[in-house]
Amino acid sequence: MSDWLVAVGRRGLDLLVRLGRAHMLLFYIVLALPALVRQPREMVRQVHSIGVRSLVIIVVSGLFVGMVLSLQGYNTLVGFGAAQSLGVLVALSLVRELGPVVSALLYGGRAGSALAAEIGLMKATEQLAGMEMMAVDPIERVVAPRFLAGVMVMPLLAAIFSAVGVLGGYFVAVGLLGLDDGAFWSQMQSKVEFHDDIVNGIIKSAVFGVVATWIALFHGYEAVPTAEGVSLATTRTVVHTALAVLVLDFILTALMFNKV
Amino acid sequence: MMQQRKLEIAVGLFMVLGFAALFFLAMRVSNLSSAGIFGGDKGYEITARFQNTGSLKGRSPVSVAGVRVGQVTEIVLDSKTFEAVVHMRIGSRFSTLPKDTSASILTSGLLGEQYVGLDPGGDSVLLKEGDEIRITQSALVLERFIGQFLYNKAQETEKK
Repeated sequence: MSDWLVAVGRRGLDLLVRLGRAHMLLFYIVLALPALVRQPREMVRQVHSIGVRSLVIIVVSGLFVGMVLSLQGYNTLVGFGAAQSLGVLVALSLVRELGPVVSALLYGGRAGSALAAEIGLMKATEQLAGMEMMAVDPIERVVAPRFLAGVMVMPLLAAIFSAVGVLGGYFVAVGLLGLDDGAFWSQMQSKVEFHDDIVNGIIKSAVFGVVATWIALFHGYEAVPTAEGVSLATTRTVVHTALAVLVLDFILTALMFNKV
Repeated sequence: MMQQRKLEIAVGLFMVLGFAALFFLAMRVSNLSSAGIFGGDKGYEITARFQNTGSLKGRSPVSVAGVRVGQVTEIVLDSKTFEAVVHMRIGSRFSTLPKDTSASILTSGLLGEQYVGLDPGGDSVLLKEGDEIRITQSALVLERFIGQFLYNKAQETEKK
């Protein structure tokens, strides 16, 4: 009995310690952010490896998510004789939910795992310790640029995802299902509010960007410096990102859209 | 050097693409451009009192002869008369509505959403900011309608 209690207590303490370390890391990253103006090249390189390289998966998934939404939505709406509202359905679900959430999940899988593996391996090969020996702050030099790049990139990726998804939905609705082109766009425009829907979607994706990048960097930075440790760090990054994004999405939706 | 340049071009393209997507969402998907009814300015606000607003909500359309001219901004209950006061914002392009315009709450289609339909009268004085529409017709509530119908039917059979 007491063994069991000890085990529970130890896990609880362990969790608290990790949470504390994660917040300390975030604190140091934020402190290091102003110094980033001195290394614009590093920023460009990080935006490239995090953002540009995620573009293909974001565009392709966005296209197909939009197309499938259009097909499925049509089957339901046509039963109510409301097939003309398909544009509204596709645009609202993409802009409010699927755009930010799915692109954050893809980002966690594509860019987050890469970040965790990269930094974890830097730690395993003692590059980070080497930097400290040369009085170079690894957080300022390695972690902070990646953080800022991730935070900048995420809203753009989500916007691209939503835009491509709407276009995909449009191709299916008008090209394949033969809906009216004008009704598709005009219904959409009359129901989608810029401030309530699109801006809130962007806020969501910015929050997801901070959280997903933070999780990836933390797991990489705190990885046990072995091959196994790095693999564990990447796995945890993907799992924790997915959980955090989905839970946060519910909270944000409840806060933002409870009366719209 | 060449490598860095390529990288910068790719990042630049990515940023442009991202902002183009945002622009597309703002102009084509949302109503930022079809704030066209307000033509950039805020239009003018008028109010109307209804016995019953049915399922009219904020942002419901206001139309004249089927053409959208504005939207409902707010619905509040007058705590003295227990009437609903509907605030509507009309685009300033449509500033030639006469003072004796009447407002009714209509439904688009059988199951569609409710909107405010304005029927212009013949007065030469025009509606302006803060005016109230005097002649109104409330929303049709289906339950009351059916109730009344059944009541009339029952009375008819009683007479016979």
